[in-house]
Amino acid sequence: MCGSDKKLDKIRALILVGGYGTRLRPLTLSRPKPLVEFANKPILMHQIEALVDAGVTEVILAVSYRAEDMEKELTEQVSKLGVSLTFSHETEPLGTAGPLALARELLNTSTEPFFVLNSDVICEFPFKDLAKFHRNHGKEGTIVVTKVEEPSKYGVVLYKENGEIESFVEKPQEFISNKINAGIYILNPSVLSRIELRPTSIEKEIFPFMAQDGQLYAMELQGFWMDVGQPKDFLTGMCLYLNSLRQKNSSKLHNGIEVVGNVLVDPTATIGKGCRIGPNVTIGPDVVIEDGACIKRTTILRGACVRQHAWLDGCIVGWRSVVGRWVRMENCTVLGEDVIVKDELYVNGGQVLPHKSIALSVPEPQIIM
Amino acid sequence: MLKAVILIGGPQKGTRFRPLSLDTPKPLFPLAGLPLIQHHIAACAKLEECKEILIIGSYPTTVMTQFVADMQKEYRLIIRYLYEFMPLGTGGGLYHFRDQVRAGNPTGFFLLNGDVCADFPLKKLWKFHDEKPDGLVTIMGTEATRQQSVYYGCMVRETNTNAVTHYVEKPNSYVSTLINCGVYVCSLQVFQVMAEAFQRKQDRFYSANGHGGPEYMSWEQDVLSQLAGTHKLYALQVTNWWSQVKTAGSAIYANRHYLELHQNKSSDAPCKILPDVFIHPTAIVHSTAVIGPNVSIGAGVTIKAGVRIKESIVLNNATVHEHSLVMYSVVGQDSSVGEWSRVEGTPSDPDPNKPFAKMDNTPLFNNDGRLNPSVTILGAGVTVPAERILLNSIVLPHKQLNRSYKNEIIL
Repeated sequence: MCGSDKKLDKIRALILVGGYGTRLRPLTLSRPKPLVEFANKPILMHQIEALVDAGVTEVILAVSYRAEDMEKELTEQVSKLGVSLTFSHETEPLGTAGPLALARELLNTSTEPFFVLNSDVICEFPFKDLAKFHRNHGKEGTIVVTKVEEPSKYGVVLYKENGEIESFVEKPQEFISNKINAGIYILNPSVLSRIELRPTSIEKEIFPFMAQDGQLYAMELQGFWMDVGQPKDFLTGMCLYLNSLRQKNSSKLHNGIEVVGNVLVDPTATIGKGCRIGPNVTIGPDVVIEDGACIKRTTILRGACVRQHAWLDGCIVGWRSVVGRWVRMENCTVLGEDVIVKDELYVNGGQVLPHKSIALSVPEPQIIM
Repeated sequence: MLKAVILIGGPQKGTRFRPLSLDTPKPLFPLAGLPLIQHHIAACAKLEECKEILIIGSYPTTVMTQFVADMQKEYRLIIRYLYEFMPLGTGGGLYHFRDQVRAGNPTGFFLLNGDVCADFPLKKLWKFHDEKPDGLVTIMGTEATRQQSVYYGCMVRETNTNAVTHYVEKPNSYVSTLINCGVYVCSLQVFQVMAEAFQRKQDRFYSANGHGGPEYMSWEQDVLSQLAGTHKLYALQVTNWWSQVKTAGSAIYANRHYLELHQNKSSDAPCKILPDVFIHPTAIVHSTAVIGPNVSIGAGVTIKAGVRIKESIVLNNATVHEHSLVMYSVVGQDSSVGEWSRVEGTPSDPDPNKPFAKMDNTPLFNNDGRLNPSVTILGAGVTVPAERILLNSIVLPHKQLNRSYKNEIIL
């Protein structure tokens, strides 16, 4: 078994981390997006672990800002996995292709193909199958495509039965396909010769020409897929992820009389009496859920506290935040780090910046500075 | 000997108190655990000289019988309900039953509007009236803001004698900040003035070929306005708490003040209480509930574990289920609030930053045709399902809700 995987061992990966993650504010005001925990694990760790599973030993992170805390924390976490981490810093944002040109030297050290992925994507990562599919067709690149319900919001991919891509259509007005680019690729180093070191979009300026040359193939993703770059999708992605966990590894999910449906609870969290938790809830380390709370479709991050009789649906509760007694929060409310919501308030779609104490209800969606 | 007359109007009146008045006649709506006009009766009963209370209104007798019997028993007074065969106006009913008032030849009588609530200073009023031998009527007056005064009866007084020189009901422009509280002391001779007013009405009725009711008479316009400037009408300005009870929103405000006046009603608390709170002895309240301030819980109500109620009135036999929150709301009788639900209204208290400000009896809808945020009201037999929010809404009786509502009237 090891013998057959030997070639795969040399595969490298580049993750497009990009900028400040403004779409996931107010969470990303306290913590770089790759470190924001999705289902109790930093978003980036989901990807790195999947890459390591596929035998990747070298990961390059393309980052357009310096965050020493993040580099230190990630290097620590990743070293345990036996994979080396290199940071490639952009002095100006280079889009989705430019970072590949910037990392040209690192990627050119071998003739083996490498993985490229967008850092916001959460799915059942198909790296092994992707590498196999790529080697079988023998062309320059393969992109993973996924089926979506409303393709008109995205660019769709048209390809032949064997996977050879014919064309890309941006935001189609009439239905032509429901397959979109999932943001996961495998490319031969030869592709680097197509990319200049300037801000470039890989989707718009590189892939269409590769497709014209018959050098780009599509592989269909099995299972769920979500871009979790903004709060609403973060929660949807969490539901899909927990559902997938139920099917694949249900022992990781929490059981108990207070639990309904798929719920992930860190062992250091405590849950009071008479609560109803779930469906689709993630509770982080050191979180305290007091008696009689009801929580649905929500992520509670490390060290937060939900006090008695509170009711939460569709929320992200930031690190060390406190949700008061009899509080009702719903409709994609996001509390930043260390926010206090006083007792008995109603928060409807509030985006609350870090270290804020809220003493008045927020009946309509708004940003609280 | 003194008497008291309480004017309660009829079912055609008090429509702004709907939907609460759809199930319970407004005069019997409980505030701090007692029917609205029981507070009047209790104030009268404190005066030893007061021997009889006459309640005049056009509610069917059957609606009032039980209440009158209960009151007789509780206060050991003669209490009678006098039924107006048709709405006769604030003066017409009193004049129609003048013989009932005069019977036994009392020295005078109190006249109380049923739709006000106050810390009635009846003794002080009587003393004041008694010292004015020529006075036929003394009005209890209070200070209002310039802007709000025009919604009330406005009075101008002679500073040395306190005689009312000018009286106008709800003027179009500013007249005076001294307003009529709807609480009076009258001498029996007032009926002679009323007889003259009645005669004028009759003359007008027959000369206009039967236009306008022959017996309809407004106490304010046909009597008080006539008496002003004759040194027969006086006003005593008081600073006691007083408010009208017009809208359902004012019930929450009135409840708070009556609770404050009759503190320590419930001796042993069934759960954590933030005063002032009234809990009927037959209510079942779980020990983990937190109730108050300003809450009245009616007979046969069930409050389950982890419930929070503040600034609200919960009427008879309602059930509030686990972990739910009720604030600035009235929960109708036999209604049910589901677990983890939130029933919330907006307080419509007088502006606390303005001295002498009264309740703004704002209309139901604003200029854009949208509901003005006010207390949330559940009519009788309404069911709010689990985990929903009901915000600034009014639910008519016997409605089963199946979703959340905000700023809506639910028919």
